[in-house]
Amino acid sequence: MKFAFYPGCVSRGACPELFESTIAVCEKLGIELDYKSMESASCTGSGILQEKNLKLGDTLNARNFALAEKSGLPLLTICSTCQGVMSQANARLLADKEYLKEINQELKSEGLEYKGTVDPKHLLWVLMEDIGIDKLKSLVVRELKGLKLAPFYGCYIVRPSAALKFQENPSRSTSLEEIIKAVGASVVDFPGKTQCCGFPILMINQKNAVNMVANHTSTAKDEGADAMVTPCPLCHLNLDAYQPEASKTKNEPINLPIIHLPQLIGLAIGIEPEKMKLNKHIISTKTMLSEIGVSP
Amino acid sequence: MNVNLKVKRFDPSEPTKNTWWQEYQIDIHKDSTVLDALIHVREYEDTSLALRCACRASICGSCGMKVNGSAKLVCKTRVAEVSPGGEQVVIEPMGNHPVVKDLVVSLDTFFNQIKRIEPYVQPDHIPEKGEYIASNESMENLLTAMNCIMCGCCVSDCTVLEVDDNFIGPAALAKAWRFVDDPRDSKRENRLNNLNNEDGGIWDCTRCMQCVEVCPKGVDPMDRIMDLRDSAISNGLTNSFGARHANSVNKSIKHSGRIDEFRLPIESKGYFNIKEIFKLLIPGLRMLIKKQSPSPFHHKNPNQSKVKNIFKNFEENK
Repeated sequence: MKFAFYPGCVSRGACPELFESTIAVCEKLGIELDYKSMESASCTGSGILQEKNLKLGDTLNARNFALAEKSGLPLLTICSTCQGVMSQANARLLADKEYLKEINQELKSEGLEYKGTVDPKHLLWVLMEDIGIDKLKSLVVRELKGLKLAPFYGCYIVRPSAALKFQENPSRSTSLEEIIKAVGASVVDFPGKTQCCGFPILMINQKNAVNMVANHTSTAKDEGADAMVTPCPLCHLNLDAYQPEASKTKNEPINLPIIHLPQLIGLAIGIEPEKMKLNKHIISTKTMLSEIGVSP
Repeated sequence: MNVNLKVKRFDPSEPTKNTWWQEYQIDIHKDSTVLDALIHVREYEDTSLALRCACRASICGSCGMKVNGSAKLVCKTRVAEVSPGGEQVVIEPMGNHPVVKDLVVSLDTFFNQIKRIEPYVQPDHIPEKGEYIASNESMENLLTAMNCIMCGCCVSDCTVLEVDDNFIGPAALAKAWRFVDDPRDSKRENRLNNLNNEDGGIWDCTRCMQCVEVCPKGVDPMDRIMDLRDSAISNGLTNSFGARHANSVNKSIKHSGRIDEFRLPIESKGYFNIKEIFKLLIPGLRMLIKKQSPSPFHHKNPNQSKVKNIFKNFEENK
C-alpha cells in the first residue's frame, strides 16, 4: 500500500512528534510513504489564504493534486486542516469544468494539469477504509486496556460533511471512536469532540481561543478521560500548548494529555514512546503511560 | 413506525428541579417529520410540552431545535433520517439562545445582534421618481445571504458564541454582507470599518463551519464572513490581527511554499506591538524547552519559484 505523502506544514514545524510517529507507525502497518512526489507541494492555504483569495487557494491545491496525479499514487495527509481544505477545494474544482480549465491554465507553464482523479485521504480514514479495523486489531501487541480516551476530531475532518464524503463513507463519522476501541481503550464521549479547538483565532482573539481549550479539556476530564486523541496537529497545538493558560481560567490544573492519532496507534502496536516523542508534549503523558504500564 | 423521543424539558415556574429529560414512545407514520412527532406528543401524550412552529414547510424559521446534537428545522427533518435504525431521537432547544420553556427559545438576543449591523439599505439619494433599480447581475452575489429565514440554527451551533456572547454571530454577519455588497447601499465603507474594528466582528469567527453545516437554507454564513474579510482587506483595512494574520500566511506561502510558524504569530500581532508579543513569550518559551518551537530559519520547498509565479500571476491580474 503506497501513498504520495503530504505531511503539511505543522508536522514539519511545531509538531515534529506527529511526523516521527507517523513514519514509525506507517512502517509497521505496511503503508509505504512516497516523499518525493509531493516534495514541491505547497501549503493548502489552511483556509486562511482562502480568506484573501479563494481562487488562488484552489490553484495551489490543484497544483498539489496534479503532482499526486503525476505520481500515480493516492494522496495521504496527516493533518485534518489540510484534509478539509483539500476536500473543499477538490469539490469546487470537480463541480465546475470551466473553473478547472481556468485553473489548469495557471499550471500550464509548469507542465502540470489536474485531471480530477485525486481523492485526498487522511491517515484516520486510511486506517478505517484501507487497513481496516480487523487488521489493526490483529497488529495490537499492547492492549490499552483501562485507558479512557476522549476523541477530538476538531472541525476540518467532519465539516462540511458533503465535501468530506461522509454519506459515501458513513464510518468516517465515528472513525476515532472505532480506533480507540480497536486498540483496547475505552471511549469518553463529550459534546465538544466535533467543535472548534480555537486555534484559528489564537493570534486574533486569544481569550476566546483559550476558553475553548478550557471547555473541551475540562469537560473531557470531568467525564473521566485520561487523555484526548486528535487527528489534527493544529488542534493539538492549541489544546496542548495553551492548556496551562486554559487551566488559569478554571483556577485549577486541567492536566489532560493530548496525543496524536499515530501516537495512539503506535503505543498499541508496540512502538516505543521515545521514538514517537511522547515526552515532548507540554502536558506530560507520564501518568497516562503509567496506566498502561509503559514508562515514558 | 415506533420511535423513542428523548426531550429536554424546562419549566421556569418549577421552584426546584426546573430542567429534566423526558422520554416518549410513540407510533407515527414512516414519513413523519420530527415536528409531526413532537406535535403528536403534544396532542396525544403530554399537553404540557411547549414547542414553536408555524408554516411546517421550512419557510417561517420558527421550529429550530437541536436534534441529536445539531440544530435543525424540525419541519424539514424526517424521523427516519435521524433514526434510520430506530435509534432514540434526542431533542433539545437551540443552543446560544435563552430558553423560555421546553423547546421554545427567546430570539431577543438574536435580533439584537441583527440590529447591530443596521439591517436595511441606506442609499445616498432618493430617486426622483419610481424605485431604486438594481440590475439582476449586481444582485446575484447576494442570493445566498438573502435566503436567510432567521431561524437561528447557525447561532445555536456557533462555537464562538459559546464562549463569547459579544460576537455578532453568523446570521447577523451574513446579513451584513447582504448590505455591504448591495449596489444601492452607500454605507459600504462604514459598514466594513465597523465590522473590521468592532470587538466581536468579522475576525472573531473560527471558520469551524458549524453554521455552514446546519444552515437549512444554504446561506453558508461562514462563506459570507469570508466574503466580508476579503472585502475588508481589499478596502485597505489591514490594521487588524486578522488581516495581518491572513497577509502573513499569504506572504510565507508565496516565499517558501509553507506557513512560517515562527513569524506568523509575531506578524499577526504586529512587529512593534510589544505588549501582545510579550504575551507570546511564555507559551513560546514553554515550547522551546520541549523542543517544539518552530525554527526561525524557514526553509523553502524545492521548485518554490513555480508557486511564486502563481502568486505573481494572481497579483498582476487582480
